[in-house]
Amino acid sequence: MIPRSFEYHAPTALPEVIALLGQYGDEAKLLAGGHSLLPMMKLRFAGPGHLIDLRKVAELKGISVVGSELHIGAMTTENELIFSKLVAEKLPLLVEVARQIADPQVRYKGTIGGDISHGDPGNDHPAVMMAMDATFVLVSATGERLVKATEFFHGMYDTALTPGEVMTQIRIPVPPAGTGSSYAKLKRKTGDYATAAAAVVVQVQNGVCSAARIALTNVGPTALFATDAAASLVGKPIDDAAIVQAAKLAMAICEPVADLRGDEAYKTAMAGQMVERALRSAVSHVK
Amino acid sequence: MSKKTIVSFKLNGTATDVMVEPRELLIHTLREKLSITGPHIGCETSHCGTCTVDLDGISVKSCTVLTVQCEGAEMLTIEGFAKGGVLHPLQEAFTQEHGLQCGYCTPGMITRAYRLLQENPSPTEEEIRFWMAGNLCRCTGYQNIVKAIQYAAAKMRGESVTSSHPLMAEISA
Amino acid sequence: MDQNVENHGRLEKLEGIGCSRKRREDPRFIQGKGNYVDDIKLPGMLFAVMVRSPYAHAKIKSIDTSKAKAYPGVHAVLTADDLKPLKLHWMPTLAGDVQAVLADGYVSFQNQEVAFVVADDRYVAADAAELVEVDYEELPAVVDPFKALLPDAPVIRPDLDGKSVGAHGARKHHNHIFNWQIGDKDKTDRAFTDAEVTVKQDMHYPRVHPCPLETCGSLASYDAIRGDLTVWITSQAPHVVRTVVGLLSSIPESKIRIISPDIGGGFGNKVGVYPGYVCSIVASIVLGRPVKWIESRSENLTTTAFARDYWMTGELAADRNGKIKALRVNVTADHGAFDACADPTKWPAGMFHVCTGSYDIPNAHVSVDGVYTNKFPGGVAYRCSFRVTEAVYLVERMIDVLAQKLNIDKAEIRKRNFIKYEQFPYLTPLGLEFDSGNYLPALEKVLEAVDYTALRAEQAQKRADPNCPTLMGIGITTFTEIVGAGPSKSCDILGIGMFDSCEIRVHPDGSAIARMGTISQGQGHQTTYAQIIASESGIAASQIAVEEGDTSTAPYGLGTYGSRSTPVAGAAVARASRKIREKARKIAAHLLEVAPDDLEFDLDQFKVKGDPSKAKTMKEIAWAAYNNVPEGMEMGLEAVDYYDPPNFTFPFGAYLCVVDVNKKTGETKVRRFYALDDCGTRINPMIIEGQIHGGLTEGFAVAMGQELPYDEQGNVLGGTLMDYFLPTSVETPHWETDFTVTPSPHHPIGAKGVAESPHVGSIPCFSSAMVDAFAHLGTTHFNMPYNSYRVWQHAQSLGL
Ligand SMILES: Cc1cc2nc3c(=O)[nH]c(=O)nc-3n(C[C@H](O)[C@H](O)[C@H](O)COP(=O)(O)OP(=O)(O)OC[C@H]3O[C@@H](n4cnc5c(N)ncnc54)[C@H](O)[C@@H]3O)c2cc1C
Ligand code: FES
Ligand code: FES
Repeated sequence: MIPRSFEYHAPTALPEVIALLGQYGDEAKLLAGGHSLLPMMKLRFAGPGHLIDLRKVAELKGISVVGSELHIGAMTTENELIFSKLVAEKLPLLVEVARQIADPQVRYKGTIGGDISHGDPGNDHPAVMMAMDATFVLVSATGERLVKATEFFHGMYDTALTPGEVMTQIRIPVPPAGTGSSYAKLKRKTGDYATAAAAVVVQVQNGVCSAARIALTNVGPTALFATDAAASLVGKPIDDAAIVQAAKLAMAICEPVADLRGDEAYKTAMAGQMVERALRSAVSHVK
Repeated sequence: MSKKTIVSFKLNGTATDVMVEPRELLIHTLREKLSITGPHIGCETSHCGTCTVDLDGISVKSCTVLTVQCEGAEMLTIEGFAKGGVLHPLQEAFTQEHGLQCGYCTPGMITRAYRLLQENPSPTEEEIRFWMAGNLCRCTGYQNIVKAIQYAAAKMRGESVTSSHPLMAEISA
Repeated sequence: MDQNVENHGRLEKLEGIGCSRKRREDPRFIQGKGNYVDDIKLPGMLFAVMVRSPYAHAKIKSIDTSKAKAYPGVHAVLTADDLKPLKLHWMPTLAGDVQAVLADGYVSFQNQEVAFVVADDRYVAADAAELVEVDYEELPAVVDPFKALLPDAPVIRPDLDGKSVGAHGARKHHNHIFNWQIGDKDKTDRAFTDAEVTVKQDMHYPRVHPCPLETCGSLASYDAIRGDLTVWITSQAPHVVRTVVGLLSSIPESKIRIISPDIGGGFGNKVGVYPGYVCSIVASIVLGRPVKWIESRSENLTTTAFARDYWMTGELAADRNGKIKALRVNVTADHGAFDACADPTKWPAGMFHVCTGSYDIPNAHVSVDGVYTNKFPGGVAYRCSFRVTEAVYLVERMIDVLAQKLNIDKAEIRKRNFIKYEQFPYLTPLGLEFDSGNYLPALEKVLEAVDYTALRAEQAQKRADPNCPTLMGIGITTFTEIVGAGPSKSCDILGIGMFDSCEIRVHPDGSAIARMGTISQGQGHQTTYAQIIASESGIAASQIAVEEGDTSTAPYGLGTYGSRSTPVAGAAVARASRKIREKARKIAAHLLEVAPDDLEFDLDQFKVKGDPSKAKTMKEIAWAAYNNVPEGMEMGLEAVDYYDPPNFTFPFGAYLCVVDVNKKTGETKVRRFYALDDCGTRINPMIIEGQIHGGLTEGFAVAMGQELPYDEQGNVLGGTLMDYFLPTSVETPHWETDFTVTPSPHHPIGAKGVAESPHVGSIPCFSSAMVDAFAHLGTTHFNMPYNSYRVWQHAQSLGL
């Protein structure tokens, strides 16, 4: 449980980060909260020659409302999300998910940017980002680009981030009135990744669902955006039958890997159960 | 092996310099180089919390922090709790409520509970259980740890407190 | 002054038996001043790591250590070839087998010890370990004990080739270790033939690990000039380690000092002697420098001492009223690649024969087969006495199965079969003599406390409602434990009887020091032993220092496991205290110029019968012991006692558990757990409650999630804290505790031992509740652990 040797850099501004990335190329890894990267380095599954620590880079911090969006710095930690009045008011789903990630100490260090960038299908933010229709700001030597959450995750540990790029910000539209959301996660215990989890955001007008987004955690190589399941809800009241139907459609896209949490059948069934649970809870939260 | 660097921080109120390789984990620096053996190693995989220290106002698992990340930091470990021979209310509480047995988890527990009470001076049992869930204990079953934290919280709020295990409860003269 | 008030004040000052005295060991732990093995640093100390096999079964074609040795900062890389000249490449196990210290030509479990790298610090050691090149030829592995016994199964132990007799008798197959039987087979079989009703149930008690928060480790320091070896070690039995090290190294025991400093939990994990310990000792002797070895969590979970892994078939014969006539048990015990079970020498299945439980069963027969597999060795008593958890599990499950078959309530069938109060001491059909018990009132107290009738009514209502999303289960156990190994006529380890010891010295100022052969891993011995001494000798507990764990100062003892400290060492403490008291009586008589018989002992003094104004306090007597003793008496006030108990003690309890199971996900909530324990005389109620909370929590962990499964290739799965279930404060239920007091008639103070009952008793209670949740659908048993995955699979199999 001892990492291999590396050089450590602690730049204080974004351009420096970009320059270091340019200088060391493949050899370099960005270090955010370190709670995915350092464990992998300790197991010697990863052995970067250079670690570029983002902790002093002020541009990556902060939460603010800009227009109809909430802008969240990539280096914002899970506990900062949980303690933020602004987030609780505008995006309660983000607080709900952050509370279900890891444990208190890990949440003090782990960042939303790292959780997303890591590309781990077991991480919880990716599905939530899809459900909330988030956009990520990626900065490199050639400038800035915006990538939608639904287009960001390519495979296991494989994302739209190219070498030399830094995720600086997460932008999430503040949902309109009539929205309800929830994240339902089945895990074995505190600190465990999801056996299966579901993020849902629904809009309800006069008792009828006008829009819905559903995404699933840890039942595929990436978080899965369950379009059919979501579409099946629209135009109807979200009643028991609709919920069960949506869960079925969500289960149809699952391709989980068996492990000690369960086999394919169990994980798929649990994805369905979590969709049901999240939908019921979201509907009860509509405001 | 990479070049060693000097890292400076404040440890339990004392300015401290230490020479480390970049890959050195904070728990090893504390235990091997600075004689801070209160925080222990129980897993090295960020699960058990027995290595918990307070770093710039947050609780961290020092097995998953590099010492080089601590340049300029303020650090509090269990060794910094008692002041001038007087125990911190949490330390007193863990004894009074029998919140420890083998003692291996205790430094991490107390250090974590300290930060919790800074953020929430009157936590409910449920809140304590939720916000202490990064610290494993194999001995106590947590019930008396919860009581200890409530005892300390009350004492820190200035309320009067007594042990829920009276000395003579089962004795008649 | 009111006599009662005065007495109360003196009792309070004495802090004797029955007080919730705050713990003496706490001040160092709460201030970060505990002293665990890894906290110890010696000048010139080196650090070592183990290189381990990635394969479960393989031939080692070659080991190349040259690159590792050449790495800067590396001092030695040991392999079996280096240990051979010292005859240390194999070591004896506690079960009469041998175990490879470093693999000798082949490996027979994944993560087996292959090479030992010693370097300046743990960073260099980790780097160099990666450079040790081992060429393996993989062989087929077998992880299922039933498959291991097939005729063409791979040979797991070529070193035993052709040996048809092992330490415990005949071996019937190359992977067979022993068959052990107890009880009257013919009578039992006949009872089954004649029975009105019989039931039979297979069950697996999965492979689990005690997983104390501190892993195992050692720091060995050999002084070549003096020829002294000092080893700090995470051991629950330091004297036994000294004897083993002496046997292995041919260093006389007088030159070996084993120190168990503070221990971060043991739970059975720290009874054995592990290859890492031996290697650190050898490395220190070879290098002439202190060498520390500390295992990682994964090494701990996958190499040092599993528990359980018992495949059990239980059968009960009974009449239609549920009165049990006979118990028959067959066990296939998976012992892994080396038989390193920690059991008394004569009993390869430990005290499994306590499996007739709290019930008056006239006939019983047990047969246990030990089997080798390509899994790591162990078989320790995880917070229980040797194999008692398995035994209690079996009988508690079986009586439930019988109740279901006969449609008799679980509480009722227990009442019909309990050994009655008047029957004690009770001789079981398997030859144990239960010292005391009073089972019926204990169960009735629990049923009343939880309002059992109302719970059953609620359950019936829920079962009748098809829309109810949860299944409600109620579990009951009424268990009897056996602890305090033990009478040396039946229990020894490596030929040394399982007595324990205490030495007390009273100083001139009336304070005292007591030294013990046991070692606390959190049980609070420093606190409770002093309480016994206080009550028995009249010296205030606050004036007594208790020392354990250093073989150079402590009298020989067999250590702390199997809840033996209170029943065995606690008795030695009481008896040594009484020796002090009797000498004190004579000194007091001399000082007061009366006959010793004219004195009576009163808390902390001797007073003259009929003239209470004439008295001598223990403090005064202690002073006199050093300057004014009766003629012919030796000076000083000291006593030693080696206590060989006449029998085991048999704590018992009645537990009740209520669970709510989500039909669709398998998630289970423990709504209520009520634990009534009877451990005889209660020395420190606060500490007892703490032990019970801890034991219940470990029982909860075992029942609901702990397991170390293997895949077909012999890879051990789940060897990290991500997978291995240690519940946090969130998952852990709230515990309700209660007690009755039925003292042990043969123990000097009537105490029985408590720490393990809650583990032993709670696990079958969780099973009882989980099965009960599905009982109306025909379920009589399903195997632990009850994680949501497994529970869901069970629900699915019932079409839910
Ligand atoms: C015990 C434990 C339990 C956990 N449980 C959960 C859980 O239940 N759910 C969950 O979601 N997570 C869980 N995690 C993971 C945890 O939340 C991590 O903190 C998170 O996945 C990564 O965030 P980080 O800030 O620590 O990133 P790091 O570990 O520092 O980095 C992770 C990866 O992302 C890259 N990266 C980081 N920031 C950026 C950036 N701004 N731009 C580009 N690349 C970047 C890094 O180079 C690295 O490759 C757990 C971790 C532990 C140790
Ligand atoms: S040692 Fe750091 S969390 Fe366990
Ligand atoms: S007191 Fe032993 S682990 Fe908590």
